[in-house]
Amino acid sequence: MIQITNVKKSFKNNEVLKDISLEINKGEIFGIIGQSGAGKSTLLRCINGLESYDQGTITVDGVKVDIKDKKKLRLLQKRMGMIFQGFNLLERLDVYQNVALPMKFWGIPTNTPEAKEKITRLIKLVGLEDKMHQKPRELSGGQKQRVAIARALVLDPDFLLCDEATSALDPEITKGILALLHRINEEMGITIIIVTHQMEVVKQICQRVAFLSKGRMLAVGKPEQLFVWPKEKEIRDFLREESDKLPSSGVNLKLFFFGEGNQRPIVTQMSQELHTDFNICWAKLEDFREDVYGSLVLNMDKKDLERACAFLDSKNVTWEIIQN
Amino acid sequence: MSGNLLNAGMTAIVMKAFNQTLYMVFWSTLFSVILGFFPAIVLTLTAPDGLKPNKIVYEVLSFIVNVFRSFPFIILLVILIPFTRMVVGKSIGTTASIVPLTVSAIPYIARVFETSLRETNPGVIEAARSFGASNFQILMRVYVKESIPRMLNGVVLLVISLIGYSAMAGTVGGGGIGDIAIRYGYQQYKTDYLIVCSVILIAFVQLIQMLGNYMYKKMS
Repeated sequence: MIQITNVKKSFKNNEVLKDISLEINKGEIFGIIGQSGAGKSTLLRCINGLESYDQGTITVDGVKVDIKDKKKLRLLQKRMGMIFQGFNLLERLDVYQNVALPMKFWGIPTNTPEAKEKITRLIKLVGLEDKMHQKPRELSGGQKQRVAIARALVLDPDFLLCDEATSALDPEITKGILALLHRINEEMGITIIIVTHQMEVVKQICQRVAFLSKGRMLAVGKPEQLFVWPKEKEIRDFLREESDKLPSSGVNLKLFFFGEGNQRPIVTQMSQELHTDFNICWAKLEDFREDVYGSLVLNMDKKDLERACAFLDSKNVTWEIIQN
Repeated sequence: MSGNLLNAGMTAIVMKAFNQTLYMVFWSTLFSVILGFFPAIVLTLTAPDGLKPNKIVYEVLSFIVNVFRSFPFIILLVILIPFTRMVVGKSIGTTASIVPLTVSAIPYIARVFETSLRETNPGVIEAARSFGASNFQILMRVYVKESIPRMLNGVVLLVISLIGYSAMAGTVGGGGIGDIAIRYGYQQYKTDYLIVCSVILIAFVQLIQMLGNYMYKKMS
């Protein structure tokens, strides 16, 4: 478990992390999302000691991450594999040698049968057994990231830190990489922490997510809770929510659907029962891992509002009036 | 003036001179690469983006390198005479000329190596750090290893400019192809010597460049 308590950090006079506290549980896939410059990469780099923090504490399974205690920090870093947006492979080493590199840093012999077996197994796991002896420049972006993943796993880590790992890849390749990360999480039990600005990534594999904006953590929870009906304006702006395109006359009422409630013909029912027409002015359906979550904005006359709300309450539909 | 272009006397003179050129260029390259490697490492480590940034060390060393680089070679040759005598026992001759050649090449190669090393992708260095690599491991396994082809390119440039400088070394009795071209070709109006020497130098430089390009391709 990673425990982050009241962490603060500044670069010169610029406070990039403002009192961040959160817990990342063992075995989960945890997302850290936000715009560029929100401090999410910095937070990730603080977790494995690539960067120091000014105040607060970060502990990994009870061990404090302290950049000054080099020996202890190295042991912690061994337990945390990391992958990057730019892949960061060594150009002059082939796939096999790149994967083997962290073992060399730890003085682990790489020419023993066990080591060879392990490196080969990891390369197979990421699906590159036919590229074993090719150089990075002969590989595509997605393949490079796969090599980086194999490399990050070679020291048998308990955690895998992903710093914008799919930001340089196209959507189809991203899906493949995320599926691989998901498999690694399930089969090897490795805790995965994903820093990203891509909503798609969080929706596809994260079990929990923290939203960072300008160094502050605004919310933490399940992605579907955070993003289907976000209260915070910053999160809505990030998602480019409906607020700027709605009609200014009448009342805008937002309905939320989640889980199995999706299928109900709630709008037509309401229209029939209340004998009024509603204008559907915005709608969204979102895939969160296996489930579908949605929201819908209806525009109506003020006089119908009370009846509509009563109707929705009777059907157990969550709603919210959007203030212009 | 000789009748046919490549008579026996000329062949012997030019061959001897070519050997002297090879001798001077080979040793001064070897010594300057070894001796220039260390300041390059220190510059890389202490640079603002290095593993151990140290403004004072970097600026001082950088200044020294610049001072030595800005000396015109012909002046360095003269200034270094006492030093050369101290190192090889005499200040005139082919062996003696290796000293000023090496001294002038060290700051050059230090700068070239520094540039090569600092071109290493910072992301790769960060990745190595994230796996718990020590600074020494990062230096050897990442910086140096990734930079070898670029450093090799620098050595090729060095060899080529040392061939040029070794011609000037003829002024302290260093001999070599350039010296023959000046003494026979220019001062004694023997155009055939001038032509032969030039052709040999051009072919030699071409060969080195081709070899360098081939090795760069092989290694990167």
